[in-house]
Amino acid sequence: MTTETAVDPGTVRRSANVGPRRRGWVFHACMAPLTLLWVAPMVFVLAVAFRSFDDIAARGLGALPASFSLDGFSTALSEGAIGRALANSAVVTVIGVVATLFLASLAAFALSRHAIPFSRTILLTMLAGNLLPPQILLIPVSSITQSLGIYDSLFALIVVQVGFGLGFYTFVLHGFMRSIPNEVLEAAVVDGAGSARIYARIVLPLCRPALAALAALATTWIFNDLIWALTVLRTETKFPITVALLNLQGGFVSNWNVVASGAVLAAIPTAVVFFAFQKHFVSGLLVGANK
Amino acid sequence: MSSTQVATPETSSHDGRQPVRAGRRWRRVPPLVWVFLLVPLAVELAWVFWPALNSFSLSLTKWNGVGAAEPVGLDNYRRMFDDPIVRTAVTNTVIWIVVFGGLSVLIGLGLAVALNRPRRGVGLYRSAIYLPMVFALAVTGLFWRVLYQPGGTVNSALENIGLDGVARQWLADPDTALYAVLVAAIWRQVGYIMVLYLAGLKGCDPSLEEAAAVDGASAWQRFRYVVFPQLRGVNTVVFAITVIDSLRTFDIVWAMTRGGPYNSSQLLSTYMFEQGFTALNLGYSSALAVVIFVLAIGFIITYLVRATRED
Repeated sequence: MTTETAVDPGTVRRSANVGPRRRGWVFHACMAPLTLLWVAPMVFVLAVAFRSFDDIAARGLGALPASFSLDGFSTALSEGAIGRALANSAVVTVIGVVATLFLASLAAFALSRHAIPFSRTILLTMLAGNLLPPQILLIPVSSITQSLGIYDSLFALIVVQVGFGLGFYTFVLHGFMRSIPNEVLEAAVVDGAGSARIYARIVLPLCRPALAALAALATTWIFNDLIWALTVLRTETKFPITVALLNLQGGFVSNWNVVASGAVLAAIPTAVVFFAFQKHFVSGLLVGANK
Repeated sequence: MSSTQVATPETSSHDGRQPVRAGRRWRRVPPLVWVFLLVPLAVELAWVFWPALNSFSLSLTKWNGVGAAEPVGLDNYRRMFDDPIVRTAVTNTVIWIVVFGGLSVLIGLGLAVALNRPRRGVGLYRSAIYLPMVFALAVTGLFWRVLYQPGGTVNSALENIGLDGVARQWLADPDTALYAVLVAAIWRQVGYIMVLYLAGLKGCDPSLEEAAAVDGASAWQRFRYVVFPQLRGVNTVVFAITVIDSLRTFDIVWAMTRGGPYNSSQLLSTYMFEQGFTALNLGYSSALAVVIFVLAIGFIITYLVRATRED
């Protein structure tokens, strides 16, 4: 097609409306290989996860799969205790997300809808806390949990996650709640509704889109955390998936099908959240940066 | 500022009665609302700001976690100057910021421009490029560890295209370990940067670009002189986020190399963790954390200023 148009200038002019389509062809010719390159690492890991150990040992890790086996997954789940780790992660993530968003929405409600003195300073300080490098908190957080007697418990991990995440969610929800028109709330005030009722019956339902976006984001953040878990947990049975995976890697050094299976199992939950809530997820990412 | 907050200096200066009214309104904040604010605030103070302050005082001590910390003044900071691993870690952190930031922004911005206009297939391409960013950094690290193994996919691919000489043990070679980790980190980050730039491009005024096109500007000129200047806000955010993220980077390095081999991929953050939780040099480790904080604070302020600018 390109040669044809190049030969006869008349065709070029006549096919002016073909232009976009030709550019579309170039576009796909560039993007399709690039996208494949992007997806390739995931495909290869999946391929390794479904191969048998003998196949990998005999033909090498980089060979095309010649076997199909679920041994990697079953070993990772049984001996590698990936199932238990996923359950731990689920507990921490669900409680952590709900608790953080609840507390953050309370603070955002107070700061955005009431004449709290120095509200701006408070809000920015809270956000700043979330931007701190976690490194500056690790050692004191570890010793605080020890002195409170909650070290090495999922509860400690949840509390730490809630404390560290609060600032960001409060900031985002504050921006959202402030955009609610005053008239909506004044009507409720006239009807004699108290703060708690306004919060629960009017403000919170109106914040549903923002809460959905933040929930999608917070789920992946808490589920994917490694450094806080390493900081406050020591017992293997309490490890969330990320720490368990690193252990698995140490325990099954050359069993690459087991390691790959574990990594795939750890990636599935966040991938599901992503595909189910892609719009919320993307708007969640933007809401913090786009202001 | 929100309209409910009447206590702004501008309004109060016009009318003598306003400060009084403002004061009364402060008092009118119901007690329950104070609880709403103070409970989350207390949680954050206890679990973020109090520990952060503790790190500063710990950095002036020698402590192994048992017994009392022994005050040593600025010794920990002096020790860093003689510590060759700190020098490696600082160099690597700078390399990380430049390469991780530079490449993920170049690729992310390029993809955002390519995938900006709605056309067939764009959604699919976008999803494929977003997807890695939802994986944990630890999971990403493990993915790439599998790929980098001797005889693994990366080496086989290189051999298949005739680059046998290039194939090596990427993560076990001190010359390549850091860059091998960087490739994995960039692979994951590009989707995020692309999201930010796609939103920025959506906010650009299309009529400006059309006008430039009518005036005969080439595609590159339109991007460079018309579109790019409009992305200044996004650039600031991306810049601040990239540096803050780079200074925090820990998971992916820990999952892939633990800073090795021979500390060749050590970053300040991983060295801090190793000193604190493996070597139990808690004072020295805190001093390293303070250095990370000092490096980050300028960019944190940049982000905060930007985040509230439109108010």
